[in-house]
Amino acid sequence: MTSDQANAAAYWKANVRLITWSLIVWALVSYGFAILLRPMLAGISVGGTDLGFWFAQQGSIITFIGIIFFYAWKMNKLDKQFGVEE
Amino acid sequence: MSQFVINMLFVGASFALYFGIAVWARAGSTKEFYVAGGGVHPVTNGMATAADWMSAASFISMAGLIAAGGYANSTFLMGWTGGYVLLAMLLAPYLRKFGKFTVPDFIGDRFYSNGARLAAVVCLIIICVTYVIGQMAGAGVAFSRFLEVSNSTGIWIAAGVVFCYAVFGGMKGITYTQVAQYVVLIIAYTIPAVFISLQLTGNPIPMFGMFSEHTESGVPLLQKLNEVVAGLGFTDYTADVTNKLNMVLFTMSLMIGTAGLPHVIIRFFTVPKVADARWSAGWTLIFIALLYLTAPAVASMARLNLMTTIYPQGVEAPALAYEERPEWVKNWEKTGLITWEDKNSDGRVQLYNDAAPAFTPTAETRGWKGNELTVNNDILVLANPEIANLPGWVIGLIAAGAIAAALSTAAGLLLAISSAVSHDLIKTLINPKISEKNEMRAARISMAIAILLATWLGLNPPGFAAQVVALAFGIAAATLFPALMMGIFSKRVNDKGAIAGMLVGLVFTVVYIFLYLGWFFIPGTATFANTPDNWMFGISPLSIGTVGAVINFAVAYAVSLATVAPPKEIQELVESVRTPKGAGGALSH
Repeated sequence: MTSDQANAAAYWKANVRLITWSLIVWALVSYGFAILLRPMLAGISVGGTDLGFWFAQQGSIITFIGIIFFYAWKMNKLDKQFGVEE
Repeated sequence: MSQFVINMLFVGASFALYFGIAVWARAGSTKEFYVAGGGVHPVTNGMATAADWMSAASFISMAGLIAAGGYANSTFLMGWTGGYVLLAMLLAPYLRKFGKFTVPDFIGDRFYSNGARLAAVVCLIIICVTYVIGQMAGAGVAFSRFLEVSNSTGIWIAAGVVFCYAVFGGMKGITYTQVAQYVVLIIAYTIPAVFISLQLTGNPIPMFGMFSEHTESGVPLLQKLNEVVAGLGFTDYTADVTNKLNMVLFTMSLMIGTAGLPHVIIRFFTVPKVADARWSAGWTLIFIALLYLTAPAVASMARLNLMTTIYPQGVEAPALAYEERPEWVKNWEKTGLITWEDKNSDGRVQLYNDAAPAFTPTAETRGWKGNELTVNNDILVLANPEIANLPGWVIGLIAAGAIAAALSTAAGLLLAISSAVSHDLIKTLINPKISEKNEMRAARISMAIAILLATWLGLNPPGFAAQVVALAFGIAAATLFPALMMGIFSKRVNDKGAIAGMLVGLVFTVVYIFLYLGWFFIPGTATFANTPDNWMFGISPLSIGTVGAVINFAVAYAVSLATVAPPKEIQELVESVRTPKGAGGALSH
C-alpha cells in the first residue's frame, strides 16, 4: 500500500467514525427520546405535555440541523488535516 | 372586493413574480445559470432546494394530518427532516465528487451495467409518478377551493397548470425563481400561524406559542386541546402510541426515502465544491425547518379552533346550529371536502368520535346518532386563516403559497421523469443516435403521460396528499437509497447484487402497498382492507419501505458475495468518490 492509499484509508476511517457518532445522536433524539424512550421522559413536563412530545415535534428537528453543521465543519477540518481538500 | 378576486390577485401576482425573475435572470446572463450553477452560493442553493422539496404534502397536507393524529403523526416531522442528516453524511458529498447528473447515471456507472441503469430508471419512474399523484391530490384541493369548483374539476385544472408550467421548462432550472417560490411559500405559511398564535396564546412565535398558556382558559394550550378532544371521545392529542414498531419504521422509511429521492439528490450535483454539498444540506434543512417547526403549532391550533367553532359554548353544550355555520364551512362545502349529514335531525353539527366504544353512552344520552361532519384533513391548512377569521389578504396569500408549493415540486418531478425517459432510457440505452429534437419530443410525451396517469389516479387518491407522498418515499427507501449507499460505502457490492437488491426491494414494497391500497392504486382493487388488524406484524403500507430497504441491503450483499468482485477500475472509482480532492467543476443542468 502506498502512503497515498494509506492516507486515503485513514481519512475514510476517520469519516466513518464521525458518521457513526453523528448517527448515534441522530437516532437518540428521534427514535430514542421522541419515540421509544418517551415513557421514561414522561416525568419532565414541557408546556402542557412532556419532553418526548417536544422532541418529536421540535427538538429532533433542531438537533438534526446541529448535526449537519457540526459534520460539515468537522469534515472541512479533516479534509485539510489529511490534505484531501479541493 | 370578494375573496375570489383577492385570491386571483395574489395567485396572479406570484406567477408574475416568477415569470419576471425568469426573464430578468435570462437577460442578465444566460451562461451563468446554465453553466455549473457555479455562482450559486450554498445558502441560495439551500433555499432553492427547500422550495423544490417542500411540496403540497408539506404545505397543504402535513399539518392537517398532525392535527388529526396528534403525537402519532410526528413521524412526518421527524422523517422529512431527519433524512437530510443522511443525505449530508452518506450521499451528497460523494455524489457531487462523482460528478454526473442523474441518479441512474451514478448507478449505471458504479455498477458497470446497463441492467442496473435500467433498474434505477424503473424505480425512479415509479417513485416520481406516485409522488406526483400526491401533488395532484393536494393541488386539486387548493384549486377547487380558490376557484370555487368541485374537487375533481380542481384536479383537472391543476393538471393543466402543472403541465404548462413544466413544459415551459427553463422555469424549473432557474435557481432564483425557486428562491422566490420559497419566499412566497414560507411567508404564506408563517403569517397566518403568527396571527393565530397571537390570538390564542399572545405569543407571536408559533413554535413557542404551542407550548404556552391558552389565554382564554388559562391552562397550557396542549392541555386545553387534550381536554376538548377527550370530551368528544377522541384520543388525547399528546397521547403516546402503542404500536411503536410501526412508528419507528414509518419515520425511518421517510428519512431514508428523503435521502433516496432523485429530484433532491440532483440539487447537490450543482454546488461548486464537495464541501459545499455538505453545507448546502445544512442550509436546506434550516429553510425547511422554518416550516416544519411551525407546522405542529398550526396543527394543534387549527384543531382547537375547529373544535371551538363547532362547539362555541364548550363541548358539554349543544353544538353549532347548521343554519349559523360560518362562511368558510359553506365555501368548503362547495368543494365536497366538507360534508354534513344531520343524522339525528336536530339541525346541529355534531362532530365527535363515533368509533370510540367508551364514548357511545355519552353520545346516546345527548341524543347523537353518529358523527355528522366530515372534514377532509387536507383542507385544514388552507381553511385555517378562515377558521381564525383572519383578513382576506391572508387567505389570498395562503392560496399563492399552496400553489407555489405544489407547482414547484410537481414540475421538478415531471422533469425528473422526462429526463429519466429521454436521457437515461432512450438516449443511453435504446438509441444513442437519437436527434435532439426527437429526444425533446420523447421528454414531452413522457411528461404528458405521467401527468395524465397521476391526475387520473389523483381523482381517487389512495390516501391524503401527505400519505401518498409517503408511499413514494417508502419506494425510494427500498430501492435507490440502498443502491446509492452501497455504491459508496462498499467496494464489494457488484452489478448483480445491486440489481437483485433493487428489484427485490421494489417488488416487495410495491406489492405490499398494492395489497392494501389497490393494485396500481386503482380504486376498489385492494386485496385486503387497509386496517391495522390486517397488516403484517402491524406494519402499515406507509412504513413498509424500511423493511424493503433492509431486504434490499441483505439481498445485494448475499448475491455480491456469491459472485465475482467488481473489477479494479470500479474499486478505484469508489476510492475516488470518497475523497473531495480532484473534483471537477459542477455540471450544468
